Amino acid sequence: MTSLLEITGYRLAFDGFEGRAQVLDGIELTVQAGETVGIVGETGCGKSVLARSIARLVEMPPGRVLGGAIRFEGQDVFAMDRRALARLRGHGVAMIFQDPMTYLNPVFSIGTQMEDVIRAHDRAEGRRMRPRAAAHARAAELLAAVRLPEPDRLLDRYPHELSGGMRQRVLIAMALTGDPRLLVADEPTTALDVTIQAQVLRLIAELVETRGLTLLLISHDLGVIGALCRRVVVMYAGTVVEDAPAEALYVRPRHPYTRGLLAAVPDLARPDHRAQPIPGHIPNLLDPPSGCRFHPRCPMAIARCAVEKPLLREVDGHRVACHRAEEAA
Amino acid sequence: MSIAPLLEVQGLRKLYPLKGGRAVRAVDGVDLALRPGESLGLVGESGCGKSTVARLVLRLIEPSGGAIRFGGQDIARLPEAALRPLRRDMQLIFQNPHAALNPRRTVFASVAEPLVVQRAASGTALQARVAGLLRDVGLPESFLWRFPHELSGGQKQRVCIARALALEPKLVVLDEPTSALDVSVQAQILDFLGDLRRRFGLTYLFISHNLAVVRQVCDRVAVMYLGRIVEEGPAAQIFAAPRHPYTQALVASVLPPRPGALPDAVLAGDVPNAAEIPPGCRFAPRCPLRMERCTREDPALAGGGPHRVACWAA
Amino acid sequence: MSLALQRPGFAARHAATLRQLRFYAWSFGRSPSSMLGLAIVLLFLALAAFGPWIVPYPGDGSGAMNLSNRLKAPSAAHWFGTDEMGNDLFSRVVLATRTSLWVGLTIVGVATLIGVPLGIAAGYFGGWVRMVIMRVTDIFLSVPGLVLALAIVAALGPGILNGVIALSLVWWPGYVRLVEAKALALRSEPFVEAARAVGAGHGRILALHILPNCTSPIIVKASMDMGLAILSAASLGFVGLGAKPPAPEWGAMISVARTYMPNWWWYAVFPGFAIYLTVLGFNLFGDGLRDILDPRSSRG
Repeated sequence: MTSLLEITGYRLAFDGFEGRAQVLDGIELTVQAGETVGIVGETGCGKSVLARSIARLVEMPPGRVLGGAIRFEGQDVFAMDRRALARLRGHGVAMIFQDPMTYLNPVFSIGTQMEDVIRAHDRAEGRRMRPRAAAHARAAELLAAVRLPEPDRLLDRYPHELSGGMRQRVLIAMALTGDPRLLVADEPTTALDVTIQAQVLRLIAELVETRGLTLLLISHDLGVIGALCRRVVVMYAGTVVEDAPAEALYVRPRHPYTRGLLAAVPDLARPDHRAQPIPGHIPNLLDPPSGCRFHPRCPMAIARCAVEKPLLREVDGHRVACHRAEEAA
Repeated sequence: MSIAPLLEVQGLRKLYPLKGGRAVRAVDGVDLALRPGESLGLVGESGCGKSTVARLVLRLIEPSGGAIRFGGQDIARLPEAALRPLRRDMQLIFQNPHAALNPRRTVFASVAEPLVVQRAASGTALQARVAGLLRDVGLPESFLWRFPHELSGGQKQRVCIARALALEPKLVVLDEPTSALDVSVQAQILDFLGDLRRRFGLTYLFISHNLAVVRQVCDRVAVMYLGRIVEEGPAAQIFAAPRHPYTQALVASVLPPRPGALPDAVLAGDVPNAAEIPPGCRFAPRCPLRMERCTREDPALAGGGPHRVACWAA
Repeated sequence: MSLALQRPGFAARHAATLRQLRFYAWSFGRSPSSMLGLAIVLLFLALAAFGPWIVPYPGDGSGAMNLSNRLKAPSAAHWFGTDEMGNDLFSRVVLATRTSLWVGLTIVGVATLIGVPLGIAAGYFGGWVRMVIMRVTDIFLSVPGLVLALAIVAALGPGILNGVIALSLVWWPGYVRLVEAKALALRSEPFVEAARAVGAGHGRILALHILPNCTSPIIVKASMDMGLAILSAASLGFVGLGAKPPAPEWGAMISVARTYMPNWWWYAVFPGFAIYLTVLGFNLFGDGLRDILDPRSSRG
């Protein structure tokens, strides 16, 4: 059986004024149907650009694939023609983003925008476009599925009349239009308040459950990831440094960066725990550190780390990219 | 008697009039007191008016009503000219360090600005003072001639802190100072803000939506909802045993960095519009403990001792 | 305390600025149309600066009479042919660039000097200041600029100087609009709030925080307006209210030349082409500047 998503040796760079930034460096990631996978990392670690790569949404140029492949249901995403790509976006992979307002057109009503999406899906699937009235009914159905009250009235409203939480629900509804296999959610609740965040996360969990969706959740927030994902991938400076079941990763992190990240988060339930900073800075990807990209900030770095790039390997049920993964307590 | 508060706010109000005689009640009767050297956290969700309180306290915007006593003097009605000398003693640190620095000015120019404006230093003394401030916030002197876009988020926030410290203020208002930063950098800045408070005896009004951060930095916490403080007390008590149903919901919604901790969506619905504040308790429409009385009578902050709550059910 | 800080050298203090300029040059150079615009603008500036020394018949600029040579077709001796007075058209077209340059610079310069301060004041202070300034601006904007300029010239009397005065007086409202919107947005920027929080006065905030952050759109608009201002001045010349023949000016030349169309086509075509090229050049150049200085507004 082929994996739903298989990323192998994926390397991506951005060409700019100051040179070539090596944004993703040899990403290895396989997601099986039905999994809930979280990708966590800080600004510039490449998690968002990786997510966009899956639906081929990275602009090229300035982006440039240097190597590797992304396969969705066995098909190479970069080899897809226009029609296959249209089918992939929506029916295969659906995405939701951090700021829902940016993805809604302020001059059209919610209903008009949803109908357009529904009809575009019909076309992408090679069906005849359904009439507006049928699309309208389907839109109301989708809004009800994301637990929005009074869907029919909502369809006549404009994006600015909705709260942030409602807009994000509308976008989730749109993402469900094509019955996607994989839902990629890029910081879906970062712009929302905590009480609203709890509502939206509940909704996503429920949709994943009832619709058998595969979830790829991208976030900087270990709490959000922990709430929804059974498996967690940690990224640092364009590389995957650790990939493990959530339980194992939070309790026994194997990579020094994962440990640093967990120690840096203040925890309301543990007032005695003081958030520990990670010394140093995020590396400049125009001239990334040699060997392991984390070695300049790593408390465990040895001479070998500066020379040899550690590959992901199996240690104690984790996949870890660290030369000293065995020693980590 | 206890020591006189450095900042005391009473019945503070800010209204933004709308067409048709209505108004957005952004801040609707807030009482606060900060003793010298203490750190008070002001928490709440977006639109609750916490940032407006910050700007009112610093008199960056005009209050519609109430008193703001700073060092015993009511500054709520003072004209700008009379405020200028007082501005030495109170400073603001912003949420987004990228926007808080003028992109066309060097780090030196930004940090030197308060000293120049208040005529506190000039010439070589000014340069030495700015270089010293940069050292205080842990940045090398070579940063003096850089522009903001060449700095990382954490470095920019340090520059902003250096600027705020330049005049040796007594009160520093921090408006979400770490929410635009990565967690590893956030931890650095939080540590550093704690150091500074001890070293310079600063008083903080710390505004944040992140309860875990407030827990780490603040001695006392005030929870705001729709322009009003609904609960106030020592941080340890508030977070361990919140009494207002809104505070309870906030605390329950916080996601700990642990797996499998999907919180119950305690509160249904959205924060109502500050132009349409319901009669009675403003939280009543979303409140799981709502009683008949709540829709009629507006509860005030009450309770003996330092932990006070505005709720009929508490 | 340690000894006074060593002030680093020019290169160290301005390293960031220099790098920024190199970045601008790099991104400008990546767009062929911007480079074409730059080339045309440079050619135009060179012709304005060195015209009298490079044209074959410098004397023809002031309108010498050489009737044996009148209305000759383009040839090796007269690249653009000759006019009805027997003057060399190439020389006259080139010599006219200087007129056009000062006309354009003056109009745009005066418009900026009037419009930018008004716009900044309106955007920053708001309230009744903004009300008054914007209403006056709206009144000016509601009358077509060229028509208003024609009326002013009619009142002042024809002539190139009066034409420039008239066009300057109708040109500034666009700058008020542009700068007002920008200043309004900047007013609520945290860095402006930070300046107010340390007690900075309005003058300091306007000069150091608002104005420098408005310069990009001003430069972009000014460079695009150069072409339009030159075109408008030529229009005044064409209807006989601007420069007067025999002074070399493109609009005035075309005005005379139209009676010689179509048989003596070169007389109108070459000055017309000069106008076309200049306007095109400044527009491409301005577009290129906008792409690098103000990238957000050029997308989408």
